[in-house]
Amino acid sequence: MNDKSKIVIGLIIFLAIITFPFWYNMGKATSAPEPKLSDKAKAAKVCVEPKEYMKAEHMHILDNWRNEVVRKGNRTYKSSTGKEYNISLSSGEESCLGCHTDKAEFCDKCHDYASVNPYCWDCHIDPKEEKK
Amino acid sequence: MKNSRRSFLKIAGVSALGLVIKPVFNTFASSEEHAEHLKPDFSKKNNALTGKRWGMVIDTRKFQSEEDLKPIIDACNSIHNIPDLKVKNHEIKWIWEDEYEHAFTDSENEYVNERVKHLPFLVLCNHCDDPPCVRACPTKATFKREDGIVLMDFHRCIGCRFCMAACPYGSRSFNFRDPRPGIEHQNPDYPTRTKGVVEKCNFCAERLAVGKMPKCVEVSNGAIAFGDLDDPDSTVRKLLKENYTIRRKPSLGTHPSVFYIV
Ligand code: SF4
Ligand code: SF4
Ligand code: SF4
Repeated sequence: MNDKSKIVIGLIIFLAIITFPFWYNMGKATSAPEPKLSDKAKAAKVCVEPKEYMKAEHMHILDNWRNEVVRKGNRTYKSSTGKEYNISLSSGEESCLGCHTDKAEFCDKCHDYASVNPYCWDCHIDPKEEKK
Repeated sequence: MKNSRRSFLKIAGVSALGLVIKPVFNTFASSEEHAEHLKPDFSKKNNALTGKRWGMVIDTRKFQSEEDLKPIIDACNSIHNIPDLKVKNHEIKWIWEDEYEHAFTDSENEYVNERVKHLPFLVLCNHCDDPPCVRACPTKATFKREDGIVLMDFHRCIGCRFCMAACPYGSRSFNFRDPRPGIEHQNPDYPTRTKGVVEKCNFCAERLAVGKMPKCVEVSNGAIAFGDLDDPDSTVRKLLKENYTIRRKPSLGTHPSVFYIV
C-alpha cells in the first residue's frame, strides 16, 4: 500500500485552493485608478507637499492636521518648501476640496478601489453635496 | 540511490511550495515601504485671538423677553449645523433659554426680585475652570485647552456620555440619530456631527482662530461680552469690576467662566 501519490495530489489540491484568491486576481488585476485632477489642481501644479509624498502620506498629514487644529488651534501649515497653507479639509479656497474640487474623481476613485472607507465625509461637508 | 532520489523529491517539493507561496508573500510585503517623514511646522494664524482664560459676561438687563434671545440662539445654531429634530428628547442644544429658578438652583434668595425671577436667561457651556466633564471623559475627547476653552474633539468621542453625567449644567447633548436630515441650511464651513457623538458650545473656537468674536457675542447688540478673564484690562474684567454678577451653581466648585449681570 502506497498512499504517497494520493497525499501529494491532496496537498497540491489543498495548496491550489488556499492560494486561489491570489492566482485568481493576478492575471486580470485591474490597474490602480489614476485620480483625476481638477483644472484648479492642475494649474496649481503642486500640492502642499510633493506628489509622491502626498500619495503615500496624505492620511498622516490629515491626521496631524486635525489634531493641530482641534487641540491646539493651529491652522497654518508651513510646507517643506516654506509656503504657508490654510489647514482645512473642505471649506474655503485654500482647503483640500477647494483645490481638488471633485471628491468623487479625486478621492473616492482610489478609496473605492482599495476598499478604504474613511469616515471624513460623515461630518465634513463636501461642498458639492451641500444641501442648500 | 533510492535515498538521493528521495531527497531530490523533497527539495523539489519544497521549491514548488515556495513558488506557489511567493506571490502571496509579495502581496503582503508590498505595503511595507514608507515615504520618509517631513518635519511638520504648524502655527496659529496671524490674526487669531488668543487668551489665557476666555470668559463671557452676559448682561441680562438688556434682555426683556424670549424674543430678544431667539436671534442669538438661531445664529449659533445655523453656523454650527445644529439640527432641529422636532423631538424634545433628541434635542441638540449649544445655547438655549432657561428660567432663573432652573439656571441658578443654588441661589438661596427665594424672594429675589420679580424682574430677575421672570427674566429669560441664556445658558450655555460654562467652560468651567475646573471642568468635571474633562475628568469624566475616558478618551480625552473632551479636554481643556490652554486658553481655557473646554473643547471636544468630535473625532474621538465614543458616545459613552460620562461627560453628560458629569456636567452639572446639562450643557451637553447627545446625537441619538443622524443630525443631517434635521439641518435645514448646511454651513459647509463647519462639520456636522454623527449619530452617537456628544456635542456642546465650543466658545466658537473656530472663529477665534481666524480673528472673530463668538457668533452669539456678535449678534447680541452688546448684551454679551467676551474676553480674557486673565487680563485685568480686558472688557470682561472691567464689566465684572463695575457690576454685580452671579454664576451658575458656584457651590459645586467648577468655576464657571460665564458670568451674568443681574
Ligand atoms: S458647563 Fe458642563 S460641559 Fe461645560 S465645561 Fe462645565 S462641566 Fe464641562
Ligand atoms: S461621550 Fe464622548 S466626550 Fe463624553 S465622556 Fe464619552 S468620549 Fe468623552
Ligand atoms: S460661543 Fe459660539 S458656540 Fe458658544 S453659544 Fe456662543 S455662538 Fe454658540
